[in-house]
Amino acid sequence: MIPSTFDYVRVNSVDAAVAALRAGGEDAKVITGGQSLLPLLRMRLAAPSILVDCSDIDEMQGVTDNGDSVTIGAATTHWAVMHNDLVKAHVPLLAKATATVADPQIRHRGTFGGALAHGDSAGDLPSVVLALDASMVIAGPDGRRTVSAKDFFVDYFTTAVGADEVLVSITIPKLGAGWGTHYEKFNRTAQGWAIVGVAAAVKVEGGKIVDARIGLTNCAPVPVRASSVEAALTGTSASAAEIDAACASAAAGTHATTDLGADKEYREHLMRVLTSRAVAVAAGV
Amino acid sequence: MPEVRITVDGDLVTDEVEARLLLVHFLRSNANKLGTVVGCDTSSCGACTVLLNGRSVKSCSILAVQADGNSVTTIQGLAGEEWHPVQEAFKECHGLQCGYCTPGMVMSTVDLLSENPNPTEEEIRDGLHGNLCRCTGYHNIVKSVQHAAELMKGGSK
Ligand SMILES: Cc1cc2nc3c(=O)[nH]c(=O)nc-3n(C[C@H](O)[C@H](O)[C@H](O)COP(=O)(O)OP(=O)(O)OC[C@H]3O[C@@H](n4cnc5c(N)ncnc54)[C@H](O)[C@@H]3O)c2cc1C
Ligand code: FES
Ligand code: FES
Repeated sequence: MIPSTFDYVRVNSVDAAVAALRAGGEDAKVITGGQSLLPLLRMRLAAPSILVDCSDIDEMQGVTDNGDSVTIGAATTHWAVMHNDLVKAHVPLLAKATATVADPQIRHRGTFGGALAHGDSAGDLPSVVLALDASMVIAGPDGRRTVSAKDFFVDYFTTAVGADEVLVSITIPKLGAGWGTHYEKFNRTAQGWAIVGVAAAVKVEGGKIVDARIGLTNCAPVPVRASSVEAALTGTSASAAEIDAACASAAAGTHATTDLGADKEYREHLMRVLTSRAVAVAAGV
Repeated sequence: MPEVRITVDGDLVTDEVEARLLLVHFLRSNANKLGTVVGCDTSSCGACTVLLNGRSVKSCSILAVQADGNSVTTIQGLAGEEWHPVQEAFKECHGLQCGYCTPGMVMSTVDLLSENPNPTEEEIRDGLHGNLCRCTGYHNIVKSVQHAAELMKGGSK
């Protein structure tokens, strides 16, 4: 399948990217890894007038340590993220979830920012940044703004990034001592996409869970926090039975759909089971 | 039309191409590398896998213009005077039936072993997750990768 025609420009600064998007009008589009965009172009589900390639912008590459947080350039590939020492040391949940994204070839090209800006409800990384209270820097014609993860994801394939804007970087707070994390994902063997995924971070002190953050993948049009589970876990002992009981409400507040992969009821069952498993591993049970 | 300069199996290939041209079509039509094939055309099967600057990628999922200025290795660039040890191992262990997935399997294996010279069976299956084979059931492919790892321990490449 052959994409329809478009122009292409590779830019080397965020300002140049924003200018090119503006000049290109409504149908101009950013491309970084192209791992979501190329399939859409080939099926002609997208027909941009011009692609603005942001994969060579230095500012959008790599990971920096800010002391209490790390900042990851939006065009950093999945492969670079999961092998980065700062990410492994301070945001291990992201490293673990990224290792489950697609396959090696796609991880070599696909980018962290691309996976977030694409806004796919089945994507693994949106629920991770939501669980970790990350914030995103977005650049546009009027300058830069910072948007928190809870405001970033708007609807299916819709995020806070406007048509003439570029997602520049993602800042994720470090969790510190006592926290454990795990990403639990259920998918068909031949396809990496999650039927349901659970990103869990829990803090254990003296055998008790004192804080918990849970993000759910593919349980609604946008990633959601399992707030009732977070509340129920706080103060319970870090034991399999108590964790399981606290995770019974995992499907509360979700809007699961029925599709070829699973029906709604089965997805809700998976939310409970996978949340319990993810929390147990994160809590070291 | 934009001009691209892509080093393919060591030779510089320069051509004017449409921005929408996929790298796999550039390799097959402009660089005459017919060893790289299109399987699914939906980014799933990995038959089109090549190395871009040494790392495995699906050439149906990259535009030729995105690869401009970079270096590509196809299945045709692996062998020197002799087969590459991964090719040798696939031949030896009969890691194929129809052979359609093989160029991609071999390129993914080269990438996998460059990163992890001693993979476990689980790591092999995970490392070849992006390559589908409709014929073999993967058993002999896993054996081929294990054998290639042995051959490469000899330090040949
Ligand atoms: C076969 C297959 C299996 C996959 N499996 C999984 C999986 O298991 N889990 C998962 O999470 N993902 C999966 N993916 C999706 C993959 O993670 C994404 O394709 C990829 O990471 C998106 O990043 P990209 O850089 O390739 O984005 P692109 O394809 O370049 O862009 C995607 C979209 O985001 C926009 N965009 C990209 N970067 C920016 C930016 N910096 N600023 C503004 N807008 C931007 C583009 O305009 C476009 O609309 C799979 C993809 C394929 C093809
Ligand atoms: S043809 Fe490229 S992944 Fe199938
Ligand atoms: S040998 Fe036929 S597809 Fe793998």
